[in-house]
Amino acid sequence: MAADFSTRAHDALNNPQLRANFRRAMDGLMTKRAAQFEDKDNWTALRAKGAAIKARALAQLPDLLEEFEQKAIANGITVHWAETTADANRIVLEILTAHGAKKVIKGKSMVSEEMHLNAHLEAHGIKAVESDLGEYIIQLAGEAPSHIVMPCIHKNKGEIAQLFTDNIENQPYTEDVDALTAAARQVLRREFASADAGLSGANFLVAETGSLVLIENEGNGRLSTTLPPLHIAVAGIEKLVEKLDDVAPLLALLPRSATGQAITTYVNMITSPRKSGEQDGPRQVHLVLLDNGRSRVYADEQLRDTLRCIRCGACMNHCPVYSRVGGHTYGSVYPGPIGKILTPQLAGLDCAGDLPHASTLCNACVEVCPVQIPIADILVRLRTEAAEPSASPAVKGAGSGHSAVESAVWKGWQAMYANPAAYKVGTKALSVVGNLIPAAAPLLKQWTSVRTKPKFAAKTLHQLAREKGYDNE
Amino acid sequence: MSEARANILARLRAAPQVQPPERPYWQAPSFNDRLDRFRMMIEAVHGEVHVVTEQTWRPHLRKILAEKNVARVLAAPHLGIDWDDVVAYDAPVEDFKDQLVSGIDACVTTTRGAIAETGSLVVVPDVDEPRLASLLPPIHVALLKADDIADNLAQIIEAQGWAAAMPTNLLLISGPSKTADIEQTLAYGVHGPKELIVLVLQ
Repeated sequence: MAADFSTRAHDALNNPQLRANFRRAMDGLMTKRAAQFEDKDNWTALRAKGAAIKARALAQLPDLLEEFEQKAIANGITVHWAETTADANRIVLEILTAHGAKKVIKGKSMVSEEMHLNAHLEAHGIKAVESDLGEYIIQLAGEAPSHIVMPCIHKNKGEIAQLFTDNIENQPYTEDVDALTAAARQVLRREFASADAGLSGANFLVAETGSLVLIENEGNGRLSTTLPPLHIAVAGIEKLVEKLDDVAPLLALLPRSATGQAITTYVNMITSPRKSGEQDGPRQVHLVLLDNGRSRVYADEQLRDTLRCIRCGACMNHCPVYSRVGGHTYGSVYPGPIGKILTPQLAGLDCAGDLPHASTLCNACVEVCPVQIPIADILVRLRTEAAEPSASPAVKGAGSGHSAVESAVWKGWQAMYANPAAYKVGTKALSVVGNLIPAAAPLLKQWTSVRTKPKFAAKTLHQLAREKGYDNE
Repeated sequence: MSEARANILARLRAAPQVQPPERPYWQAPSFNDRLDRFRMMIEAVHGEVHVVTEQTWRPHLRKILAEKNVARVLAAPHLGIDWDDVVAYDAPVEDFKDQLVSGIDACVTTTRGAIAETGSLVVVPDVDEPRLASLLPPIHVALLKADDIADNLAQIIEAQGWAAAMPTNLLLISGPSKTADIEQTLAYGVHGPKELIVLVLQ
């Protein structure tokens, strides 16, 4: 894969199949979402409540984490804490090894993608099988998800039909969606029945009751968390909500924002492992709480809003950049607008410093965000942090985009605009020599590579004004 | 592990404190005819609704299942379905798995109520009706008392006092299993039931 965003974006833009796949998908999702929120007053009140519930939970996060842990332990769930993805991978591996598990069936989990868990397990001889249809397809293709809700949105029927023929025994080539779905059901039923453990994420963790709330349409999440004798869930520490009652407004926002559904087929609330006398359900439930930089994001009052995200994907569905370049172009687990603010904060501006610039600041993401995350403001903040870091607390990799020349140019610009004499001299000079500066000059080069360099007028605005008889500058 | 816990909590506690905002007012909708709304919503996602009575539901069910060529039905004994081909889920899943995964055509379960707004059934699995009963067979038949349909989720959480006594597993089920992962084309029965039949007892 190409090294930086702009190179990958260039490749994606020149791939008509990819662009057609995304265009069709994004148009459909935007239309379906809009139909769900036709009543604007209701939408405004509902998202204000959703935003407040998440902000309220974040304001009390350490207390809620402790309350949740206490309740979950009392319910029989084992709670683990991981500072890094390496820690989380080690914990999951230890639990699996202690149970002699050789095969794990997975429900869809973005945190497990963040951990690159599958690769870690494979390296230790444990097979991880994705069971969400979209995740199963991209696992067959050896790819990463290109969307956080619909992981194989970049693929069309023909590509999927070929993958199935190549990978599933006795599978004839067919582009019939029902037939493809039935084939996956058959293969994955066998995997479910023989899995030693199930792995899932969680959409919400309820402090009041110590419950995990998972939403899905396929039933693979329920199977992963019910059929195998062991269930391991992985979740970011920001998933906490205070009360069970808080789940209701968030559920009224999440599926409608994500896919335009009134609700997902299944809302699965898990509060304990199998109790004595019950016939099914895992005998052990483990939850791994992952930090991986979230507590650092939390330390800044403005950036903290990033952690409200409920992973609906509406921001990417409405993004003019994402819908043209697709998810893989971002080169990170979380693509689109939320990825542009989350990834640089988790991985560091030194690793993902180009992402905050992959935006026109058009504000479409901010308008549709169900929890009112000020994505555009945070993008600008991260651009500033990369160039001129604020005193504290530092964003990881802050200052990595600093350029002495660029900084000097802006300082000069600032000085010129603050002083009438300097302004007069400066604009006059540019009207004379500005057009002699080549488009390929350093600093200008990147900007003019896709734009025509503007022409400086022969006379400054002040000169023109004086000629027209205005003299009171 | 406890070191990670202490470190994470310490970092969170060291961060600037902000006053938790109050929850602003927002009320989920209510409906004049809850059954009508429930029916409209669940039918829109491929669910099937039959309005029956306490006296008629068993023969009615038998007729529906016969039309669908159902041979083996999973149902708890307390439901009083005494056909020859009815089996109970009365053994641990470890002993019952093979039959459950591929040997049952339909399952009948009760519900704890329903939600009109979204067309959702509230299913609380228990000793007699375990968790996989409503998931593995290709057809799920759910019995719902018309009086148990609430307006919205918030209302039923409060009315039934969920927060004080959460069961091992509590489910909202809104239609049969589905996916749109392939080109946003809807397909039913990807992992769970292909059909969801609701018998509303009036």
